Amino acid sequence: MTTVSVTVNGAMREADVEPRTLLVYFLRETLGLTGTNVGCDTSSCGACTVLLDGESVKSCTLLAAQADGRELTTIEGLANGDELHPLQESFRRNHGLQCGYCTPGMLMAAASYLKENPSPSEDDVRLALEGNLCRCTGYQNIVKSILDAAGSMAGAGGGGA
Amino acid sequence: MAATETFIGQPVLRKEDPELITGQANYIDNWTMPGMLWMALARPPYVHATIDGIDTAEAASMPGVVGVFTAGDLELGALPFVWPITEDIKVPVHYAMASDKVRFNGDAVAVVVAETREQAIDGAEAVAVSATELPAVIELEQAAKDELLIHDDLGTNSVVHWSHGGAGDQSIFDSAPVVVQERYAQPRLIPNAIEPRGCLAYGVPAMDEWTLVSSTQIPHIAKFTLSGVTGIDEQKLRVIAPDVGGGFGSKLNVYAEEALALGLARKLGRPVKWIEGRRENYVATTHGRGVIHDCTIAGTEDGKIIGMKFVELADMGAYYQLLTPGIPELGGWVYMGPYDPETYWFEFTGIVTNTTPTDAYRGAGRPEATYVIERIVDTFARRIGKDPVEVRRMNLKPAFSEATAAISGLSVDSANYQATFDTALGLVEYDKLRAEQHDRRERGDTKQLGIGLSTYIEMCGLAPSNILGALRYAAGGWDGATIECLPSGKVLVKTGTSPHGQGHETTWAQIVADGLGVTPDDIEVLHGDTLITPLGMDTYGSRSVSVGGAALHFAVEKVKAKARTIAAHELEVSEDDLEWGEGSWHVAGAPDKAKTIPEIAVSAWHAHSLPEGTEPHLNATAVYDPPNFTWPGGAHICVVEVDTETGATEIVKYVAVDDCGTVINPMIVDGQIHGGVAQGVAEALYEEAIYDESGNLTTSTMTQYLVPTAVEVPTITTDGSHQTPSTTNPLGVKGIGEAGTIAAPPAVINAVIDAVSHLGVTAIEKPASPERVWRAIQDAQHQQVQSGQGGAA
Repeated sequence: MTTVSVTVNGAMREADVEPRTLLVYFLRETLGLTGTNVGCDTSSCGACTVLLDGESVKSCTLLAAQADGRELTTIEGLANGDELHPLQESFRRNHGLQCGYCTPGMLMAAASYLKENPSPSEDDVRLALEGNLCRCTGYQNIVKSILDAAGSMAGAGGGGA
Repeated sequence: MAATETFIGQPVLRKEDPELITGQANYIDNWTMPGMLWMALARPPYVHATIDGIDTAEAASMPGVVGVFTAGDLELGALPFVWPITEDIKVPVHYAMASDKVRFNGDAVAVVVAETREQAIDGAEAVAVSATELPAVIELEQAAKDELLIHDDLGTNSVVHWSHGGAGDQSIFDSAPVVVQERYAQPRLIPNAIEPRGCLAYGVPAMDEWTLVSSTQIPHIAKFTLSGVTGIDEQKLRVIAPDVGGGFGSKLNVYAEEALALGLARKLGRPVKWIEGRRENYVATTHGRGVIHDCTIAGTEDGKIIGMKFVELADMGAYYQLLTPGIPELGGWVYMGPYDPETYWFEFTGIVTNTTPTDAYRGAGRPEATYVIERIVDTFARRIGKDPVEVRRMNLKPAFSEATAAISGLSVDSANYQATFDTALGLVEYDKLRAEQHDRRERGDTKQLGIGLSTYIEMCGLAPSNILGALRYAAGGWDGATIECLPSGKVLVKTGTSPHGQGHETTWAQIVADGLGVTPDDIEVLHGDTLITPLGMDTYGSRSVSVGGAALHFAVEKVKAKARTIAAHELEVSEDDLEWGEGSWHVAGAPDKAKTIPEIAVSAWHAHSLPEGTEPHLNATAVYDPPNFTWPGGAHICVVEVDTETGATEIVKYVAVDDCGTVINPMIVDGQIHGGVAQGVAEALYEEAIYDESGNLTTSTMTQYLVPTAVEVPTITTDGSHQTPSTTNPLGVKGIGEAGTIAAPPAVINAVIDAVSHLGVTAIEKPASPERVWRAIQDAQHQQVQSGQGGAA
């Protein structure tokens, strides 16, 4: 067993896990943070995207042990208390989700991307989402949601996680 | 106060979203229970092999393994197959685990139960199977030769033949002025719901009461059929569909794993959970399409279509799943498209192969039909030298607002095909595009423009129970709805439909809000639990709003009728003196003498003074069996740029004009169109399940099977201005879940062919990969050079 100690959504969490435990299962099954979903076993779909030290990673590509000592943000930590993140608001406002399974990964990938590029073009957003698959929406309203959120975040002076 | 706002037709934001955007949804993999075990299936690395022995000893000794079970160890009946479409259909025996032969990549021979997910998977990998391999039979026409049988006891691989029987004078196909014949192959597709399947079975052993939580589209059908497979009394079995992460038909099924989880929980007395891996999903969850059509169209020199004839070979896979041979039959009623031929013929032969079973995949039979219709209509237009717009205009059936007989034998509810087509042509600026195409051709540009048309119909709203019975389907096509008006003024709605992304909670709330004079926020919609919503037939075939939504309409009417009795009593007037308006029953001519539904609900609850014979509640249940299908239609136009040097296709414009009858929530309808078109574009340009010669699925992960990303899927222009009301149901709704997937593939392929048709290309098959397009151009030019028709472009 390996001891993994991380800060998740602002709280210190520590647990002993099998060395082969993937970060996504550590989050979901050890820490009970089931908002992060698993959609494939080849790091293709991006449903499991979380933030590691502020940058998006596919949590199925990392071992839990690799996150030891680092800071994680999951979908459960994207909102600021009761106040939704502008991306969460925007996904709802623009019908950026249907079944919702890819949505946590989309939101985390988008949150990371908008920090890198706060005023992207539509093509920029589409390219940035290349690692995240959605089978319901055809991406159109996801892209619209992210552009809309970028606009509202710029209007609010940056904001966001 | 009653709400006087109207919600039907408004883009009401979804009630579903708050939990989905915060990570609080309850998908199957989030379910856990004390004492829960995990199961994993041993699927041996064979495609076609006789099983000589299964050694479970090593697996049984692995850490955490509780038990290893093979076919004989669990008392499970055959898996359900509910659509024996002909009297003489041959039905392969299909059990949850194979014992005699492995017949495809996904066949399981043992199931391992262990304390953890990983231990179960490790155990399954340790099951050793000795087997004698047989050659794999993958290609349809090869399988049809019966040189090697998949199921020895059936005596043939051609297991079912279904003929529509045809209509009109069939000799027309020999004598018409123009007869065009083409063969089109449509590859297999993998549905790829982003959430794989999974289930959890638990119960009270002493009571023999069991619950199955499953990522399914069909909890009600699963309950009835799994009761039969497991022997659990139906009244002691409950099926819950929790939040479901997409289905697209792949969860319109009852699978081996659901039966096994129930059987194992019952045998071991502990909860048993299974979650599918993606590789497993690719081999063990149903595929779609996999058909070859021989198509004939007969017409006149000036473009009138006289006859349409389609003869199909359909790949069933190694076994039937729930509906398998019913899928091509479902297409059998729409092969006239929106046109008006005098002669019609459709027949198909279902063939078993060593591949994953096929079944419903978004559109189910109708995309296969629409693709070949729209391809051959374009080919016909090219043959007679006419613009495909002109040929369609000449042949589209004129608008009608009452149910009208179709040549395929059913009755179409209403239609206005020409209007959607005109709107689409206007939006895409057709004439301008043709001029631009002409210029590019003249200049010999590397990037050539192609315009692809698809005018389509659908047959949705499955389905009138009597017709299903006549078609030998085992269940009915009705659906149920219950409305409970709570004493606090809030409303509980229970629907028999089982959504998995379609937004029923919102749309249903809009219907009830308008009906009862409350707001969607006052309403909670419950679904997907056979205990809470016992009357249901679930969600597939674009049926939910036109059957389940219509049931809701009738439940509203029942609530209002009872409310009227109570209101009249309280206002001390006759029921005849009351009028409904502004969300209340009020005395005609005296709108201040009124009772709202919330007011009447509390009266019905405290029951202090109810009219004689009135039960103290304001609830109602309605079950609605539709008198007809619904028939959406529309026009999609795709514009592509094809690079003639690389064969790469880029969609530069996509217009979708869909007439799905009355629209309840235009935001949700647009979302359904976007997603459907994206899947159709994927089918046309990217996706194909490929087997190698030995029958192994080579596109076995998401890295090899090209599910398109945001980069590949184009922006789609929609238009909701045509809403021809359905005459089938009182809401006038038709359904929109499958339209995009039905309309898009021929629009895209017709565009790709159109882009390079001046180079002599007349056909390109799905998916139109750069290599396939490039080869088509090379072959056409080679042929032209050989026949001396001109040089390279």
